[in-house]
Amino acid sequence: MMKKGIVIIGGGPAGLAAAAAARKKGVQDILILERDAELGGILNQCIHNGFGLRRFKEELTGPEYAGRFIDEIKALGIEYKLGTMVMDISKDRVVTAMNREEGILQIHAGAVILAMGCRERPRGALNIPGYRPAGIFSAGTAQRLVNIEGYMPGREVVILGSGDIGLIMARRMTLEGAKVKVVAELMPYSGGLKRNIVQCLDDFGIPLKLSHTVVDIEGKEHITAVTIAEVGPDRKPIPGTEERYTCDTLLLSVGLIPENELSRSAGVEINAVTNGPVVNESMETSIPGVFACGNVLHVHDLVDFVSEEAERAGQNAAEYVQGELGEESGRVIALKAQDGVRYTVPSTVDPSRMPDNLTVRFRVGAVYRNAAVCVYYGQDKVKSYPKRILAPGEMEQIILQKAELEAREDVKEITICIEEEGAK
Amino acid sequence: MEERFLTCIGCPMGCQLTVTMEGTEVLSVLGNTCPRGDIYARKEVTNPTRIVTSTIAITGGDKERISCKTASDIPKNKIFDVMKEINHAVVRAPKKRGDILIENVAGTGVNVIATRDIAVKS
Repeated sequence: MMKKGIVIIGGGPAGLAAAAAARKKGVQDILILERDAELGGILNQCIHNGFGLRRFKEELTGPEYAGRFIDEIKALGIEYKLGTMVMDISKDRVVTAMNREEGILQIHAGAVILAMGCRERPRGALNIPGYRPAGIFSAGTAQRLVNIEGYMPGREVVILGSGDIGLIMARRMTLEGAKVKVVAELMPYSGGLKRNIVQCLDDFGIPLKLSHTVVDIEGKEHITAVTIAEVGPDRKPIPGTEERYTCDTLLLSVGLIPENELSRSAGVEINAVTNGPVVNESMETSIPGVFACGNVLHVHDLVDFVSEEAERAGQNAAEYVQGELGEESGRVIALKAQDGVRYTVPSTVDPSRMPDNLTVRFRVGAVYRNAAVCVYYGQDKVKSYPKRILAPGEMEQIILQKAELEAREDVKEITICIEEEGAK
Repeated sequence: MEERFLTCIGCPMGCQLTVTMEGTEVLSVLGNTCPRGDIYARKEVTNPTRIVTSTIAITGGDKERISCKTASDIPKNKIFDVMKEINHAVVRAPKKRGDILIENVAGTGVNVIATRDIAVKS
């Protein structure tokens, strides 16, 4: 059986950053397994700009952002296999994969980094009534068709869901000559970035209808029209508010789901909120030596954060195979997400293994104005960060300090919550 | 006097801005809660610009399309003129990230450049 120091599942932004970081920590035998025909992952089809503002202080397109990391991987001489599908990861870190040239491969890995990314929520998960004709695409599928394959899915478009991919595709289809008639969003707020609402919809006069959803799809062979209606606070359609739009395309931008079939079958514990692995301060899953990063862990808003998180996973995996990742002290502090905070990554912290400053990322469940992100050590409120705005579409973060947690040996649980103005 | 209504893109607050103008002169910006809103509004009503990103047909390469962008901002009202030239262009592989694909696109003085590498079809 082939042996490798670190095997990385996925050659997108997370896998590439993790690989480069692990190599810089001194691990020589790293192997990236990528199922697509090229490295870069979803960034290759995200041809719009806006990537890298935090990391590179300049605005790059997706392919440019990926290109910088791919260049680095090649310069570092890191091995990768394309067109290679991982079929299984065992508890003792035997990775089974296959490709056309080599057939079935089995690799024993000193450490495994999960970097498989996420996939789009499909129509089947939405319970939209109506026919099931051709012409209904997830926004990312349409993005691939237009940007990589060079095909237009249609000319008259309705978009359900105002996630960033849906907004970006509204602009992209418009630039390519299609008429985007409306973007309908079930929630009373958009899940997309403000910049995208202005530059992808307002710039082209595309209406965004909040608290609206699709209630009917017409067309037996190919879609011919959809009906949208306003929804009440219970998210049920309000009779009498229906509007019919003729169209030949319906795009769905209704959420992303981390792709964790491999993690689950390996026995990795999964967080029910993120649908990603539960990880500790070292980005290590419930299986020692198996790490996770990027959108397979939790869906990110900006790729810049993916790269940073993946570097931590790569460094920790390197320390694990080098026997330098500190022994667990037995003291595990649970991070509890409460009152508006939906989850935290990581889920637990061992103060002896954490870096001096540990970034904890989370998302909120609703829009809050003039609220505060509060941190409690047990029952003691230790920090309160005022925020003028908190929105579900944007990731938030706090920093935990090693020195503070080592000084407070009594702390068994840290609660992160949102407190609205006036609430104390 | 003319009023223009904008949504600020400086942060997730998305302040609703009201810009009062006399011809091309900005008389006032209201609704912003920080200086970034004022700066954004003044630029947006007097000289709105955008980076355009798209793809161009490529022959002889291992892909059919090469992703591209305007090397810098172009005036917002030129977006569709730029798209028209991009859609008529055909380039030949190989191309590297940063290579110029169209010079002075739609008379803007800005080049369209490749945002990825495309190798020659093997």
